[in-house]
Amino acid sequence: MKVFEKSPSFYEVFERKSGPAKEATHYCPGCGHGNIHKMIAEAMDDLEITERSVFVSPVGCSVFGYYYFDCGNFQAAHGRAPAVATAVKRSNPDAIVISYQGDGDLAAIGTAETIHAANRGENITVFFVNNAIYGMTGGQMAPTTMIGQRSTTTPLGRAEQIHGNPIRMAEMLATLPAPTYIERVAVGTSKQIMKTRKAIRKALKIQKEGKGYSFVEIVSTCPTGWKMDPVAARDWLVDDMLKVFPLGVFKDESDNVDEGTWDRSFEGFVPDKVNTYLDRMKSPFDVTEELDLVKDLNCKFAGFGGQGILTLGLFLSQIGMRAGHQVSWFPAYGPEMRGGTANCSVNISRDRIGSPLVDRPNMLVVMNQPSLDAFEKDVVDGGTIIVDSTIVEGKADAKRLNVVALPASDMADEVGTTKVANVVILGAVVAATDAYEPEFVESTLRAVIKKQSLIDMNMEAFRKGYDFVKNGN
Amino acid sequence: MAKQFMKGNDAIIVGALAAGCRAYYGYPITPASEIAHAAALHFPALGGVFIQAESEVSAINMVYGTAGMGIRTMTASSSPGFSLKQEGLSYAAGAELPCVVVNIVRGGPGLGNIAPEQGDYFQITKGGGHGNYRLIALAPNGAQEMCDLTRKAFDLADKYRNPACIMADGITGQMMEVVDIPVPEPIPFDHSSWAADGTAATRKNLVSSIVLEPEELEEHNLKLDAKYREIVENEVLYEEYRTDDADLVVVAYGVVSRIVYSTVDQARAEGLKVGLLRPITLWPYPEKALSALAERVPAFLAVELSTGQMVEDLRLAVNGKAPVHFYGRCGGMVPGGEELLTEYRKILEGGRS
Ligand SMILES: Cc1ncc(C[n+]2csc(CCOP(=O)(O)OP(=O)(O)O)c2C)c(N)n1
Ligand code: SF4
Repeated sequence: MKVFEKSPSFYEVFERKSGPAKEATHYCPGCGHGNIHKMIAEAMDDLEITERSVFVSPVGCSVFGYYYFDCGNFQAAHGRAPAVATAVKRSNPDAIVISYQGDGDLAAIGTAETIHAANRGENITVFFVNNAIYGMTGGQMAPTTMIGQRSTTTPLGRAEQIHGNPIRMAEMLATLPAPTYIERVAVGTSKQIMKTRKAIRKALKIQKEGKGYSFVEIVSTCPTGWKMDPVAARDWLVDDMLKVFPLGVFKDESDNVDEGTWDRSFEGFVPDKVNTYLDRMKSPFDVTEELDLVKDLNCKFAGFGGQGILTLGLFLSQIGMRAGHQVSWFPAYGPEMRGGTANCSVNISRDRIGSPLVDRPNMLVVMNQPSLDAFEKDVVDGGTIIVDSTIVEGKADAKRLNVVALPASDMADEVGTTKVANVVILGAVVAATDAYEPEFVESTLRAVIKKQSLIDMNMEAFRKGYDFVKNGN
Repeated sequence: MAKQFMKGNDAIIVGALAAGCRAYYGYPITPASEIAHAAALHFPALGGVFIQAESEVSAINMVYGTAGMGIRTMTASSSPGFSLKQEGLSYAAGAELPCVVVNIVRGGPGLGNIAPEQGDYFQITKGGGHGNYRLIALAPNGAQEMCDLTRKAFDLADKYRNPACIMADGITGQMMEVVDIPVPEPIPFDHSSWAADGTAATRKNLVSSIVLEPEELEEHNLKLDAKYREIVENEVLYEEYRTDDADLVVVAYGVVSRIVYSTVDQARAEGLKVGLLRPITLWPYPEKALSALAERVPAFLAVELSTGQMVEDLRLAVNGKAPVHFYGRCGGMVPGGEELLTEYRKILEGGRS
């Protein structure tokens, strides 16, 4: 087919096309695609948007849309044009983004992308060419294929009970709140073509004005796939297809939506701005000159969820960090956490840390009985085990291990809340290991604890635990 | 330098922001979801894009869109989601689009579980999608590297116009370590010759992976292949620990390399001369370094959280010059130090007798 009266948005000569005939489109005679392309190009001219337009070609007969449109072009994977278009528009809200798709592309493999781009109200325009068949791959059934219609995969005709019914995308999408404009048009008669021209223009204008998602379904011909000559194809479109795919406007909010409503903003990369932002993420204390450390800590902290086991690990880790030491913290995650048990591994060292998992701890804290049962045997000989004796009834092996039993939960209650039992334990850990000076720990906690009202209680809890180990009270 | 104690998964986003990544597209999946959580918080706050896509398929195609504009973009997922991205990655490689994809690998096949594994090595390094393409694949083993290698992945992706992948595991993603917060710098790449960003300047550009004529598609493939050779030549990264006099070189990456690292000194204390070579780039693989070591090292051992994937590359590198042993755990089981020491003893003492 030849395209006459070439518009400036259309290339004069289709240099990207392979083969010799670089002035004719690659479409079959009587195919609707060429005509529709032409109308889109004209609308781009009229609206003066060509220079900032991006045309996303799908997989299907219109995969070569980029042969023709003299604007930025993307070729997308089968069905994914709305996802590509979404990203292009979000990454440059000034661009005019067109997703051009066939029925297989839009209503079968790309159904999810189609619905969700519409549902997000992407400020893009989707042109949906419904020709009731898979053109490119050889005339197979499309989701829009008519009942009784023969295709290469429905040789006896499409049957409702075997293949389902033709899907009406315009009607379906019109049930969503976000889309601004949804219309079905056709290219069967010249009157229909005039309406199509108008609809295409309107859809792009809506996008240009930031009024949101626009969708134009164009009922079109595929003489080759239908195995008809172009005239018969046009008749079949008008007489048969439109019975199932009635023309009309299914949604139009364009007069009720303000210009710019659906414009989104995007800022490019400004290193200084990112720098300022990232700098705010830094820890609330400065790391000191590297302090001494009596010996490496390989800790396992275990108990019930809600006892602050993970936080205990985080506090100790941050103390280690502030002291300039190497630190790793690793929580049990996922199903391990079910049944209410929680544990974490903390390593602190002046040397590089190998495994973040602690399978042979030299410091074990247990805040419930199952944890004592599970982990005591893993502790290295001569290692320390700290037991919250308020909760844990069993006794650890004091011959093999340095056992510290303290009623941490009761001590926390005395401070004012059981919730600080983990900090009582922290005091015991620090005292039992002599890893850090208590004042250093306190000043770190002051920096780390966000709620000012909780600081005093935490200080008291820490001291209680620390003194218990140091002075036995 | 500003420091923070952070999760590996969060460090990925810090690295990405510092690299100038402006758009994140993702779909929730454990154990990678924290990456999306951090992105949802930070990208919009910095004027960038965050979209929770309708699927991993959509997410990777959104990445394709932004990448095709010459803007830095990424997605992250875990194994089942990474499987869904394969078609999109093949398109991105074919269209030569720079982008970064993170896979926090979990137990498979199928729905598997959410525990750490390395069973996606083949998919990542051998091209899980269709056609002749490669992913640049980096394997961090700690929070700092989650940040730094993500940043590096963006540079490599831009330099070679190819997708780059971060392959990590649930442990590296979930654990917290001290991270030096990086200082962002301007991006030294100009994409105006090929990117289509919806401006007059790039009006003539086309982002596409379709090449209809066989002669032209062969040419395109050869061009990609030449690029991949260049990457193999220039971008291999690895780390060695006590391999100099080793009787056994253990090869491990990601979290496993940390476990092995812990065992090297322990083994030496027993008189077992063990060393570690850790691939940091999985593709390109440190083939030359391993081949050189094989000239004098009597035995190799691959340790993986899989039933034996990377070991195949190790065998190719060693090329029969020394025995290559394998020890793997999978399904979320992680070898302990003692378990590995037993393995070393078996190999070395067996070897001597
Ligand atoms: C993932 C994938 N599956 C299948 C195909 C093969 N394929 C190419 S075009 C097409 C159908 C296109 O039909 P439609 O969207 O109706 O467009 P038309 O050709 O009719 O314009 C199919 C199935 C593909 N390219 N990619
Ligand atoms: S096969 Fe059908 S849709 Fe494709 S170009 Fe030919 S007529 Fe058009």
